[in-house]
Amino acid sequence: MTILTAVIALLILAIIFGALLGYAAIRFKPEGNPLVESIDNLLPQTQCGQCGYPGCRPYADAIAGGDAINKCPPGGMATVEALADLLDLPVLELDAEDPDAEQNRIAVIREDECIGCTKCIQACPVDAILGAAKLMHTVIEKECTGCDLCLEPCPVDCIDMVSQSVTITNWRWQSPEAPKIIATDRAETTHEPR
Amino acid sequence: MSRVDRIWPLPGGIHPPEHKSESNGRPIARLPAPHKVVLPLHQNSGLPAEPLVAIGEQVQRGQLIAKGHHPVSALVHATISGRVTAIEDRPFAHPSGLSVPSIVIESLSDQEAALSPEAVSMAPMRDWATETKERLVSRIQEAGITGLGGAGFPSHIKYLGQRQIHTLIVNGVECEPYITADDRLMREHATDIVTGTQIALKILSASTAFIAIEDNKPEAISAIKAALVAVTDTRIKVKVVPTKYPSGGEKQLVYLLTGREVPSGDIPASLGIVMQNTGTLYAIKEAVVSGTPMTERVVTITGEGTPNPGNYWVTIGTPIQDALAATQVAVTGNRPRVIMGGPMMGYDVDITAPVSKVTNCLLVPSATEFPTAPDPDPCIRCGLCEQACPANLLPQKLFWNAVHHEWEQARLNSLSDCIECGACSWVCPSNIPLVQHYRFAKAEIKREAIETIKADQSRLRFEQRQARLERDAAEKDAKRKARAAEAAKAQAAKAQDTPSTLDASAKDAILASVARAKAKKAASTGPVTQEALENTVVLAQQAVDKTRVKLATAVSDGLPSVEALTGALQKLEKRLADAQSALQSHTETGDAP
Repeated sequence: MTILTAVIALLILAIIFGALLGYAAIRFKPEGNPLVESIDNLLPQTQCGQCGYPGCRPYADAIAGGDAINKCPPGGMATVEALADLLDLPVLELDAEDPDAEQNRIAVIREDECIGCTKCIQACPVDAILGAAKLMHTVIEKECTGCDLCLEPCPVDCIDMVSQSVTITNWRWQSPEAPKIIATDRAETTHEPR
Repeated sequence: MSRVDRIWPLPGGIHPPEHKSESNGRPIARLPAPHKVVLPLHQNSGLPAEPLVAIGEQVQRGQLIAKGHHPVSALVHATISGRVTAIEDRPFAHPSGLSVPSIVIESLSDQEAALSPEAVSMAPMRDWATETKERLVSRIQEAGITGLGGAGFPSHIKYLGQRQIHTLIVNGVECEPYITADDRLMREHATDIVTGTQIALKILSASTAFIAIEDNKPEAISAIKAALVAVTDTRIKVKVVPTKYPSGGEKQLVYLLTGREVPSGDIPASLGIVMQNTGTLYAIKEAVVSGTPMTERVVTITGEGTPNPGNYWVTIGTPIQDALAATQVAVTGNRPRVIMGGPMMGYDVDITAPVSKVTNCLLVPSATEFPTAPDPDPCIRCGLCEQACPANLLPQKLFWNAVHHEWEQARLNSLSDCIECGACSWVCPSNIPLVQHYRFAKAEIKREAIETIKADQSRLRFEQRQARLERDAAEKDAKRKARAAEAAKAQAAKAQDTPSTLDASAKDAILASVARAKAKKAASTGPVTQEALENTVVLAQQAVDKTRVKLATAVSDGLPSVEALTGALQKLEKRLADAQSALQSHTETGDAP
C-alpha cells in the first residue's frame, strides 16, 4: 500500500513538473538560434560578403551549421581566434588572398568623376552611400565598413579605398617593446603576442 | 584627533628626489609678451573649436576667437593683441606629436599697437558675494578657464553637476618632482587663492573647504594660513599632507583627506566632493573679481639645462622655444630636449609647440640628468610595483595581461583605475616601462569598444536595409499580382459582356464588315504581286519566331499556357509553309511567261 502511495505521489509530481517544463519550453522559447546570435556578435559586421555569404548574419548561420571559421578577412586572426574560443574549435589560418591587407580603410568617391548612376548605392550593404540618379554620390565616412563592394559596380572607376590617417582623435598609444616575461619561462615567452 | 584633522595614509606611493629647490627660491617673473602665439583649437570632445575670426583680422588680448559646439568645450581667447596671420595645422603639446588646427596671432607694429586698445576684458564683479550662482558659473566659462592641474577639462563643468556638494578640496599638493608653480603661486597670491576658494564655495553651496598642501612647502602653508587669518573664514581649513608621490592625484587626495574612496569609473562628486587646483582658483578669482579671461599661467622652467630655473608668467600660446629663449636657454633646431610636465608623468614635446593651459612645467634636462632608459629585463616577480601602486592594483598581473593582449582579463583586474602615475615603473628593478604597457592596453580596450559600437551600428544598418529591400520586393510583388488580377477580371468581364450587350444592329454591322472584308480579299487576290507574297512570308516567319520564344519561356517557367502556345505554333508554321509554297509557285509561274 505504502509503495503504491509513493508511486502515485511520484507519478503526480512527474506529471506536474512535466507539464511545467513543457509549458516553459513553449512559453520561453528563445527566438532564433542563440548560438548564431553570439557568432554574429563576434563578426566585424562589414557585410562585405568575402566569406561567400551575403552578409555577416548569413555567415554566422553557416558557421553554426558547421562551416569553417576562417573565412572572414576583415575580422582577421582576432575574429578567427574569438570564434575558435567560442565554438571550442582549433584556430585555423585565415583564408584570405592577402591576410596582411590593411583593414582600416574606407571608400571615397572622386566626386567630380561621378556620373550619378546609383550602382554603388545599390551595392552598399549598409546604405553608406548618399546620392540620387544623375546627381553626385558621396560616401558617409562614419558608416562605411570598407567592404569594397561598391568598387566593382562603378562604371567609371571613381571610387578609391583610402586608409584612414592618424588624427588627434584616433591616435593611440603604441605597445612598447615587450620584455620577456621571465627568463626561465620558456612556455610563456614562446607564446608571442599576436 | 578630530575627523577634520585626520589624515588617512595613502597606500603605496614613492619618494623620488624632489628637485624643488632649484626653482622655488625666486619670485615668479613675467616673461616679455611674445610676438607670436599659436592657439590650438583642439578640444577634449574631439571636435575642434570653431574659429570666430578670419585671417588678417585684428584682435585684442582677451577677445574670444574660437568656440566649441560641445558642452564640454572651452572657449579660446586671443592671448596677445595683434593680427591673425594663419589658421592652419600646427604641432601642439601632446604625446602623439601630431598637429591640430590652430590660430596664429602675430603682434602688430608699434604704430598700429598705439592706435588700438590694449586688451578687452569683462565687467569686474567686485561684489561677487551678491551675484547669482549662474552668473558666476557662466563667468568661469566665458573666461575660458580649464583645470590647470592635468587633464585640462573646462572648469565650469564641475559647477554644473546635479549632485549635492559638501566639500571643496583645493589641491596645492604638487607632488610631482621639479614642479613648483603652485608652491610659488600660493606664497605670492595666497589671498587671491583664498578669495577664489570662497567664490567656489559660494557656487557649490558647500560647507567646507580643505586646502591640501604637502609638508615640503612650509612657506606656502604659512602664507595660506596667514591669508585665512586675515579673512576669518571658518569654512576653510589648511590640511598638511605628508610628502609622497602621488598624493596629488585626485582620487588619492580624496582618500588622504576623507578616508573615502571614489568609486571606480566615477568622479569625486559622487562623494559630494569637488577638487580644484590652486592655479584654477586663482584664475577664477581673476575672472570674477577683475574680469580678465585666462591668457597666461605660471610655468616652472627648470632642469639642469636651464641657466635660470624658476617660475614664470607665460602667455598661453607662446611657442615653447620662445619661452625657453626668453629664459636664456640656448635653442637650436629641435634642441634641447624638453619634457612637458614633471619627470613622472610628463612627455617629450616638440619645442615649436605652444605652451597650453595645462603646461605646468617645462623640464629641460641635461644629458646626464635623464639618461635614456636601459633595455628592460625580464620581470623577476619581486612585487615592488604592487607595494608602490597608490591605486591598490596588481601591476605585475596587469603587465602580463597587456603583454599577452588579454584585454578582458586586464579589465577585470581594474586596469581602468590605473592613474598612470608611473610609481610602478619607477620602482621596477628590471626597468620595465609598465605605464607604457598600461596605456597601450587601455588604448586597445577603447579601440575594441569603439569597434564594437561601429559593428553594432553596421549590423543595424544592414538588417534595416535587408528589411527595406524585402518590404519593397513584397510591395512590388503585391502590386504586380493586383494588376494581374485586375486584368484577368477585366478580361472576364469583357468576355461575359460581349454577347449580352450586343444588340441586333451591332450584329448586323459586324456581319456587314465581315462581308466587306471578304469582298476586299477577293478583289485583292486578283493580281498577286511578288512583293506581297514575300511580305507574307517574312511576317509569318516573324510570328513563328516570336511564338517559339514565348513557348520556350513558358516551358521553362512551367506556365499553363504551354498547350495553347504549342497549338498556335503549329498553326503558324503551317501558315508559313503555305506562304512559302505560294511564293514559290508564283515565282515559277511568274518566271515562265
